[in-house]
Amino acid sequence: MNGPKLFALYQQKLKKEAKIVLTWQLSILILFFALWETASRFYWIDPLLFSSPSRVFSSIWSRLLEGSLLSHIQITLLETILGFLIGTIAGIIIASMLWSFHRFAKVMDPYLVVFNAMPKVALGPILIVALGPGYLSIIAMGFIISVIVTTLVVFAAFNEVDQNYLKVLRSFEATKWQCFKEAVFPASLPAIISTLKVNVGLSWVGVIVGEYLVSKQGLGYLIIYGFQVFDFTLVMSSLVIIAILAAIMYKTVEKIEQMLIRK
Amino acid sequence: MSYLTLDRVSHYYFSKKQYTEALHNISFSVKKNEFISLLGPSGCGKSTLLSLISGMLQPAEGNILVNGKKIEGSDLEIGYMLQQDYLFPWKNIIDNVLIGPRIRKRQPEDLKQRAIALLEEVGLENVADKYPNELSGGMRQRAALIRTLITEPEILLLDEPFSALDFQTKLKLEVLVADLLKAYQKTAILVTHDIGEAISMSDRIILMSSHPGAIEKVYDVPVELRNESPFMARKHPKYSRLFDKIWADLDQQKDTVKPLEEDAYERP
Repeated sequence: MNGPKLFALYQQKLKKEAKIVLTWQLSILILFFALWETASRFYWIDPLLFSSPSRVFSSIWSRLLEGSLLSHIQITLLETILGFLIGTIAGIIIASMLWSFHRFAKVMDPYLVVFNAMPKVALGPILIVALGPGYLSIIAMGFIISVIVTTLVVFAAFNEVDQNYLKVLRSFEATKWQCFKEAVFPASLPAIISTLKVNVGLSWVGVIVGEYLVSKQGLGYLIIYGFQVFDFTLVMSSLVIIAILAAIMYKTVEKIEQMLIRK
Repeated sequence: MSYLTLDRVSHYYFSKKQYTEALHNISFSVKKNEFISLLGPSGCGKSTLLSLISGMLQPAEGNILVNGKKIEGSDLEIGYMLQQDYLFPWKNIIDNVLIGPRIRKRQPEDLKQRAIALLEEVGLENVADKYPNELSGGMRQRAALIRTLITEPEILLLDEPFSALDFQTKLKLEVLVADLLKAYQKTAILVTHDIGEAISMSDRIILMSSHPGAIEKVYDVPVELRNESPFMARKHPKYSRLFDKIWADLDQQKDTVKPLEEDAYERP
């Protein structure tokens, strides 16, 4: 009898909860910037080193108007997305190969472990020597930093698929490829998506470090340049932009997740 | 006249340090359209036996023959039903049901209609576009049954397909499966640890002992029970007589058997 009434109440409660959470989230954001601004104005922190939100945003604004910032953003974004895509796709392909050839997986095991444990950014100089000081090295850095983790995580997910699904398929005399296509891959999709999320962060690391090392353009270059000419407003501006872009990329992956996985 | 014959079949499982004999010298034969139950404690290699018959495993020793010919390479259709439905959660029911024909690349035009008709026959109307998680356990197992039947297997292997269901659903499903198998004249081998299920559904019961799995005893189910549906058979006086006999034999066996390792042989 009271069903609809109670349901309405429940919905109200949900809305109220969402509102409270959002209020807190916004408050923290505003408080952070306010604190930063005040601290800078009153010289609690050195404004020369830590800049201030007002300077950061006016710097971003003027550079946007002038047009130079946009090309930096474009380049970094392109490099990151390419590194991310190539790293993820290659990782999935390698994992599939490891799954299909059992002996290959056993042979490769120690190499994967070593390569995974190794700090990939240490390979930077070698990449530059091999691929030249340009986009290619930077994209390779974004790729190399995510590919091994993807391989290991996805391969583990492939192996964790319930054997009984494969038994069902084998009772219909499915080939290995059919087993992969019909059961192993779709069952591993949630794990694959979660590596995508990790890889968003990783490929940003790879690309920014890559830009530190070689580039003449991009957000990583702006950070290093700002550091060298002691323009910390520029450094902070780049950081703010990277934070926003990385968040957008992460949210995009989340949207893709919702499209791919039926809840 | 025997249809499926197991001739001195033994099977082993190996681990790094030791081997275990899962099945020891199993011989029996099944007539066409016969319903056989393999009854025994867990660890008696029942599921291994089904995997061998299905051809997913090759027996280490002995032969499995169909119509006197080796089962390998024969194009005999075998249907396999597992303890749980194992419907693919990312496929809707109709795609799940049609997975067998799709894998065998045999999809005549009217197959979808046939699948829907079969689903309706087992009381699943308007579920074709639903996903497995929208269905109850009993409905899912019925859908899994249709998935097995749509490829028109000649032999059905049922690996405790009712054990995960509640009692009422289980009884209903037993009746349904018995009816369907009779109507479509299928040969079936049911693995179970439920004495009542074995008696009420089958023509013959093979009692197995464990460590290693071997045939202990074979019971012929009285004709009166065979002709009844599983539900009615349970009420028949001969049902309880056979039940008691098997119970006593199982009880005796348990005293002589080593403590069970959790499903050690069930999952290779």
